[in-house]
Amino acid sequence: MLDISIYGDYHTSWCPGCGNHDVLKALKEALAGLDLAPHQVVHVSGIGQAAKAPHYITLNGFNGLHGRCLPPAQAVKLANPSLTVIAESGDGCNYGEGGNHFLAAIRRNVNITLLVHDNQIYGLTKGQASPTTSEGHVTKSQPDGVTNASFNPIAVAVAMRAGFVARAFSGNISHLATMMQEAIRYPGFAMVDILSPCISFNKVNTFGWYKQRCYELGPDHDPGNWDAAMAKANEFGEHIPVGIIWRNNERMALDERVAVCKQGPLGRQSVDMAVLAGIMQSYI
Amino acid sequence: MSVQNRHIVIGGAAGQGLVTVGQMLSKGLVRAGYEVLVTQDYMSRVRGGHNTYNIRTGVTPLTGPAESIDILVALNQETVSLHKRALGSDGILILDEGFDAEGLAALHVPFASLAPKAVFQNIAALGVLCSVLGLSKDHAATLVHDSFGKKGQAVIAQNLQVLDEAYAWGEANAASFEKLPSAVSRAPRMFINGNESLALGALAAGVKFCSFYPMTPATSIAQNLITHGRKMGVYVEQVEDEIAALNMGLGASYAGAPTLIPTSGGGFALMTEAVSLAGVMEQPVVVVVAQRPGPATGLPTRTEQADFNLVLYAGHGEFPRAIFAPGTIEDCFFLTRKAFDISEKYQSPVFVLTDQELADRHMGVEPFDLDALPPVAGPDLSDTDAQAYKRYVLTKDGLSPRRIPGYGESIVLADCHEHTEDGHITEDIDMRIAMNDKRMLKEEGMRSEVVPPRFFGADRPDTLLLCWGSTEGAAREAANVLNGQGQRVGVLSFTQVWPLAPEQFLPLLETVPKVVCVEGNKTAQFARLLRQETGFRPHRNILRYDGRPFTASYIIGKLAD
Repeated sequence: MLDISIYGDYHTSWCPGCGNHDVLKALKEALAGLDLAPHQVVHVSGIGQAAKAPHYITLNGFNGLHGRCLPPAQAVKLANPSLTVIAESGDGCNYGEGGNHFLAAIRRNVNITLLVHDNQIYGLTKGQASPTTSEGHVTKSQPDGVTNASFNPIAVAVAMRAGFVARAFSGNISHLATMMQEAIRYPGFAMVDILSPCISFNKVNTFGWYKQRCYELGPDHDPGNWDAAMAKANEFGEHIPVGIIWRNNERMALDERVAVCKQGPLGRQSVDMAVLAGIMQSYI
Repeated sequence: MSVQNRHIVIGGAAGQGLVTVGQMLSKGLVRAGYEVLVTQDYMSRVRGGHNTYNIRTGVTPLTGPAESIDILVALNQETVSLHKRALGSDGILILDEGFDAEGLAALHVPFASLAPKAVFQNIAALGVLCSVLGLSKDHAATLVHDSFGKKGQAVIAQNLQVLDEAYAWGEANAASFEKLPSAVSRAPRMFINGNESLALGALAAGVKFCSFYPMTPATSIAQNLITHGRKMGVYVEQVEDEIAALNMGLGASYAGAPTLIPTSGGGFALMTEAVSLAGVMEQPVVVVVAQRPGPATGLPTRTEQADFNLVLYAGHGEFPRAIFAPGTIEDCFFLTRKAFDISEKYQSPVFVLTDQELADRHMGVEPFDLDALPPVAGPDLSDTDAQAYKRYVLTKDGLSPRRIPGYGESIVLADCHEHTEDGHITEDIDMRIAMNDKRMLKEEGMRSEVVPPRFFGADRPDTLLLCWGSTEGAAREAANVLNGQGQRVGVLSFTQVWPLAPEQFLPLLETVPKVVCVEGNKTAQFARLLRQETGFRPHRNILRYDGRPFTASYIIGKLAD
C-alpha cells in the first residue's frame, strides 16, 4: 500500500461539505491500496464541479470538454494499455451531454473505470435539472417540477450488459473506495455511479435522504445474475441498493483483443519503412 | 481527336461494373507506361443513377480533368443522351449493338455474343477498349490474372477467353480508329488516388491511431489505414460520431500515438469544439477535411472548395493552426507527412484540406522515395528531472516540451481551461496573458516554415492564375494551352493556405498586370483572405460551385468572357 500523501493535497473550489471531497478521498485510498503511483494512472474528466477532480490530485490528467471524457479516456487506454485509466465526471456530463459516448463506451468495452458523481443536479451552473433529477423535482429552471422522466444509468448499463456496474454513496468512504478498487481491477468497462449530494443546489437528495435509503448489497445478491441485477437496477426511491449490481464475466476488453494494442504503447512501436515500401509495391 | 492523349468516359448506372472496367484499363495503361489521370463522377446511391469513370491517357503529362470526350463507352442508353454533346467530332461512341447511337458515329459491340454470361461483359468491354487504344493483349491479360487470381485457374481461363475474343473483335471492327502513340519505357509506377496517397503519407509519418465516422469522400482514408494498419501497427476505430472521433484522437495523441482524423465538412462541423480543445491543450493532431459541396448535406458525392473558411476559423477562442492544401497526388503524400511534423513540432491541430476530386483522382505516380524523407518531429522522451516537469512551461519560442504519460515518471496534466505552467486551472490575469501569448507565439514559428506557393508557366506573365489545392492541375493545363497560343500565362499554386508568408508571393502579385484567383466556391474565400492579410485584391475571380471539378476548358472559357 502506497502512502496516500503521494497524491498531493490541494485547495479545491468545492463547497465545504460537498460530497465531492469524500469521493476524492476515497479515490486516493483506492489508488494507494492498489499500489498505483501517480505516473501509472491517467485521470480523464469533462466539465462540471466533479470534473475538476484532476486538478485536486497528483496523477497524469486530461481535463477535456463537457460530456467528452469517455472518448479520450478510451483512446488513452487503447494507445497505452499499461496505463490505468479513470474517467471521472458528473451526471450531467456523462448522462446528458455525453449520453451517446456513454452508450458507445459500454458497447466498446475498453478497460477503463468511469466514476460518476451523481448529485442529481447541475452544480457548476447553479442548480438546473440533470438527467438523473427525479420527475417532479422543482428547481429554479424547472419551477413547475421536472417533466422529463429520470434517466436510470444503472438500469441502462445493466440492460446493455456493460462490464461492471456498481453504485456507491459518498457518505460511506470505505465502501466507495472498495467499489472503486473493484471497478479498477475489473478487466473491461467498469462504472461506479456515486450518489454524492450537492449541498448547495439539491435540497431534496441530501446526505440525510441518501443515508436513510442506501443499503449495502449482501452476499445474497449475485452480480452475475442478469435478472437479479436488473431488479436491483430498478430499485430507487425508498430503498437504494449500493454495491456491485452487475458484473459481466463473459466479455473481453477491447484492448485485450486487439493485437496492435497488446504490443506495447502505440507511440513506442517502430515505423517500418521496409513494410511501407512493400505496401507501395502493391499499388504497382 | 488529340493524337497525344485521349479522354475516355465510361458511363452507366452504379452497380453495372463501370469502375471495374475503368480501373483495370487504367492500371493496364499505367503499367504500359502511359500517363493516366482518372476522375470519378458518382451519385449518392449504391445502385442505379448515373455515374462515370473518366480516364485521360496518353504520352504527355496530364494534370487535371477534361470535359470534352474522345471515347464514350455507354453501358446504358442514358449515357448516350447525357454525354453525346461532349463527344468530340472525331470521337467514338462504343456501345452495345442493342443501343441507339442517336445519330453518332459508333462502334456497336455484340456484347451478348462476346460475353456468354452477363458477368463477363466487363472483360468484353475491356478487351474491345484495349484493342481500340492499341494496348497490347498481354497487358490486358495480366490484369485478368491480377483480378481473378484468387478465384482459380478455371475462372481465369474463362475470362481470358472472353478477353481474347473481344480483343479480336475490336481489331477486326475498329481498325480504322487511331491507336495511342507508343508509350515510352519507364520504371514501374503506382496507380493510386489522392486518399490512398494521403494514407501512405500518414503511414510514412508514423501514424498510429485513427478514429473516424464514415463520410464521403473521406472514408477511404480510414479504409486504407485499416487495410495497411495491421502490417504497420495502426489502430483504427470507427466511432459513434465525429465529436467522439476528434476527442478520441486527442486522447490518443496525449498518450503518445501520432493521430490522423479524416472527415468531410459536415463531420468537421461537429469536431470544431474539439479543435478548440486541441488548441488550448496544445495537443498535436492531423485532421483531414475532404471537401464536398454544402451547406449541410449539399451534393454529397461531388466536389467543392467551400470549407476553407470553416477550417480556417473552426474552434472558439484564438490559437494557432496550419492548413495544407495538396494540389497533386504526390502532395497528398508529402504534405500529409509534413502535417504530422508541423503538428508535433508546434503542438497544434494541423489540417489537410482536400476535396472529392483530388480524393478520388487516380494517377500513375513514381513510388515515393522513402529513403529521402526528412525526419518527423516527436515528443520529448527524456523524462529527466520528472519532479520539476511542467507541461506548459513558458518559453521564448512558445514550445513547451511535451512528455507522454506513462513513458516515465513525469506527470503530464493537459487542461482545457486557461492554466498554469503545470496545467492547473487559473484565473490569474498575468498568467492568462502569458499563456495566450505563448500559444500564439507558435504561429510565428509556423510562419517561418510555410511551404511557398509553386509557380508554373510563362516568365513575366501578363496573366497569373492564382489557385490552391486540387485546382492546380486544371490551372496548369489552361496556362499551357494559352501559352501554346502565344499568351503569357503563369500559375501560382498555394499548397499551404495558412499561415501565409506574404513575402513569398506578394512581390510577384504586385508586378503581374492581371491576377485571377481560381477557386471552387461562390464567395472567393481564399481571395478574401489574401486581401485581408496582404491588402492585395486579385483583379478578378473565376469560381466554380456546380459540384464539378475545374477543367482547363472551363478556366479558358471564363477567361475569354
